[in-house]
Amino acid sequence: MKDIDYAAPKTIAEACAILNEKGDKARCLAGGTDIIVQVREHRRDIDVLVDIKHIPQVNALNYDPSKGLTIGAAVPCYRIYEHKEIARAYPGLIDAAALIGGIQIQSRASLGGNLCNASPAGDTIPPLIALEATCVIVGAGAMREVPVEKFCTAPGKTMLGRGEMLVQLKLPPPKPRSGAAYLRFIPRNEMDIAVVGAGVAVLLDDSKQRCSAARIALAAVAPTPLLVLEAGAALVDGALGDALIDKAASLAQAAAKPISDMRGTAEYRKHLVGVLVKRTLNIAIQRARTG
Amino acid sequence: MSDTKETTGLSRRQFLKGSGAAAAATALGTAAAPGALAAQAPAAQPVPGMGPAGVKITLQVNGRKMSSTVEPRVTLLDALRNYLDVTGCKRVCDRGTCGACTVLLDNKPVYACSMLALEAQGKEIRTAESLVQGAKLDAVPAAFVRFDAQQCGFCTPGFVVAMKAVLEQNPKATPAEVEKGLAGNICRCGTYEQMRDAIYSLCNTKRGS
Ligand SMILES: Cc1cc2nc3c(=O)[nH]c(=O)nc-3n(C[C@H](O)[C@H](O)[C@H](O)COP(=O)(O)OP(=O)(O)OC[C@H]3O[C@@H](n4cnc5c(N)ncnc54)[C@H](O)[C@@H]3O)c2cc1C
Ligand code: FES
Ligand code: FES
Repeated sequence: MKDIDYAAPKTIAEACAILNEKGDKARCLAGGTDIIVQVREHRRDIDVLVDIKHIPQVNALNYDPSKGLTIGAAVPCYRIYEHKEIARAYPGLIDAAALIGGIQIQSRASLGGNLCNASPAGDTIPPLIALEATCVIVGAGAMREVPVEKFCTAPGKTMLGRGEMLVQLKLPPPKPRSGAAYLRFIPRNEMDIAVVGAGVAVLLDDSKQRCSAARIALAAVAPTPLLVLEAGAALVDGALGDALIDKAASLAQAAAKPISDMRGTAEYRKHLVGVLVKRTLNIAIQRARTG
Repeated sequence: MSDTKETTGLSRRQFLKGSGAAAAATALGTAAAPGALAAQAPAAQPVPGMGPAGVKITLQVNGRKMSSTVEPRVTLLDALRNYLDVTGCKRVCDRGTCGACTVLLDNKPVYACSMLALEAQGKEIRTAESLVQGAKLDAVPAAFVRFDAQQCGFCTPGFVVAMKAVLEQNPKATPAEVEKGLAGNICRCGTYEQMRDAIYSLCNTKRGS
């Protein structure tokens, strides 16, 4: 590995000061499951790793049924899915947090790192988008909060500016009669990258036969994770059933702009979008009806 | 302080200079007002940058404190194997995909190749060596021996450590829990059949049940 510096700031201000001073030559170190391999394989040329795990806000995990969920950017996946109340309240998020890598990866990997790595195939990103999560970003002088769907700008690129870091992810509290789900397709059961991923969230009305709101997000079918607003909107006019779900799935397929690569052709990916959107919607609706 | 540190690294002195300038700017009222979260923290204190030259570290390995001087880029795996002579964890892929380097960090299985040694300070590290007390083998490696669950044996220390974690979490682990707990380990020789026998004996379940 290239010789690098290591800094372990204890406050956000200290971390931002280093990130600001070093610009592109500094990167945050959360779980390290992406960045350490990237530095070792010379895919990122940096001078300093800024270990953010000693900053309290970045390590905190808080759930309050009336206020929602705050996930510190460096909280590893296992802490999220082992938290019983959080697991019950956000099963759609847990679908993704519990399938990243294997157990060793889940002991370290964070949702913040998954998002900041900005892979089009990042598994936790579609459910975060579907669940209307926002990113709390702090820079040298200011704080801003942006929806997750705006955060990634290109493969490996985010909207973070010089001296800025992601501090927390915030999710609104789950509403009654709401449900969410995430599924991905990969050729093997674990330890691979999604060929396609679909994350959905639905909110049902009192009758539980109609949808009053829905969000559908996709992974690995565009340069960034994709929110398909029109597919969610299609679920809102009419009685829930196969016809409506098929319509949402075909709108999602139409929005997908996949490439062909070693994991699958563009046509195959389009086909998978239809399959996965239908399956995740059925799971989410089931969860909303019974949850 | 060596020359390399001054030119390529984030030396304490350079950093002090930088943050001093920032503090002065704030005092003069030229900097923007910090946001809520940013304001919670006091004006940036100097954070000692470490490296790239060696840094003295102490790790708690298998119940013993061990010290050495390592560069920040040294992974926990390389620190254990090359600096502390704890060679149970193996270096195979060195990129977080095979599980041969699995160690327990505060009781959680992690890939030692995918974290820095510096990050492991203050944590309890357990390697495959912790599964032997004198001449007595822990039940997990003992079952692997009894069922001949290795060929070259290179993956074995990783597998037994990962399996130990599964059983510590639930001594009556279900097949699904075992599968999840071992999904991050690969055996290139394909000794999975014998490993299954060993694992089922550990969980007191019959194969196929
Ligand atoms: C074997 C293996 C299997 C994997 N399987 C999957 C999988 O199934 N699905 C999947 O989506 N990913 C997978 N990954 C990729 C990786 O584990 C995930 O992307 C993980 O969530 C990254 O989190 P981390 O905390 O380890 O991030 P790090 O490696 O610490 O950081 C990732 C990137 O984000 C930046 N960063 C981190 N935190 C911040 C912050 N707070 N502010 C600004 N920048 C920040 C870092 O500088 C770095 O560029 C796998 C990786 C491996 C090695
Ligand atoms: S050597 Fe660490 S996972 Fe392969
Ligand atoms: S026994 Fe050879 S790799 Fe598993």
